[in-house]
Amino acid sequence: MREKLQIAGRVFQSRLIFGTGGFTSLQVMGDALKETGAEMVTVAMRRVDPMAGGSILEVIDEAGCDILPNTAGCFTAADAVFTARMAREALGTEWIKLEVIGDDRTLLPDGPELLAAAEQLVDEGFIVLPYCNDDPILAKRLEQLGCAAVMPLGSPIGSGAGIRNPYNLAIIVESAGVPVILDAGIGTASDAAVAMELGCDAVLVASSISRAKDPVRMARAMRMAVESGRLAHEAGRIPRRLYAEASSPTEGLAQT
Amino acid sequence: MMLNLNGQVRRVPQDSSIPDLLAILGFEGGRGVAVAVDGEVIPRSIWDGFDVTDGMRVEVLRAVQGG
Repeated sequence: MREKLQIAGRVFQSRLIFGTGGFTSLQVMGDALKETGAEMVTVAMRRVDPMAGGSILEVIDEAGCDILPNTAGCFTAADAVFTARMAREALGTEWIKLEVIGDDRTLLPDGPELLAAAEQLVDEGFIVLPYCNDDPILAKRLEQLGCAAVMPLGSPIGSGAGIRNPYNLAIIVESAGVPVILDAGIGTASDAAVAMELGCDAVLVASSISRAKDPVRMARAMRMAVESGRLAHEAGRIPRRLYAEASSPTEGLAQT
Repeated sequence: MMLNLNGQVRRVPQDSSIPDLLAILGFEGGRGVAVAVDGEVIPRSIWDGFDVTDGMRVEVLRAVQGG
């Protein structure tokens, strides 16, 4: 029996979390979502004209997915906490993907603000999934505050640069007592597979699907990559060696 | 009365309720919408009876694509 992803007591069949940003239409988003098999889907909270281009919630409901609101775009703990409270009221969920970023150019998390926001939201009963740097100490601190998972980045949001520091990620995975969800930086299927092979419990995929030339096809590639990577992790890879190790018998060779 | 509605100072009819303000902004007020007044989230269950007064800062957010 294969172990399933479990976050805060909720069991997931899929290890892919679907980010909804960047799709050109809700139709394409919905088709891609179904192709990934994801069961949890992110949304953002904004001051926008309502129902512009249809309702994203209807598309998510139709796919039977849970909603994971985020605090994207927040630069301070106070803004993130406020946005989380608004999301809880709007969507009736305690789950929050906590993002507190440090600047516009890198969109990298601001560690001190992130810790402050996480502590407050955990106190208020939220199920907090923080987007964090690939820093094993920060990840541990977030876990100790009561976060339900940690979401280290592979590389900056939307960069498609893959996993820049697999060694740090391996340390985070090894020491984590909560699920590790690779968030941000995935560019193509092999990046998602690498994350899973490193032992991440799940990956969040957004731009790499939504901004692909063919998002629906990339969605399928991502689903297969996550499954392949997880299987390879469970199967246990062979060690990397400097020199060859023959796979054919070394005895009984022909003589001339 | 004058309100700050989603960052813009606007004149709205006296005694406007939160549902009235949502209508002014074009929001239908269904699922996926949240309202805060002066930084405090106002639960949907008390939108109708909430007393909006001159000078208040009203924030309305909606779930959109992102993340």
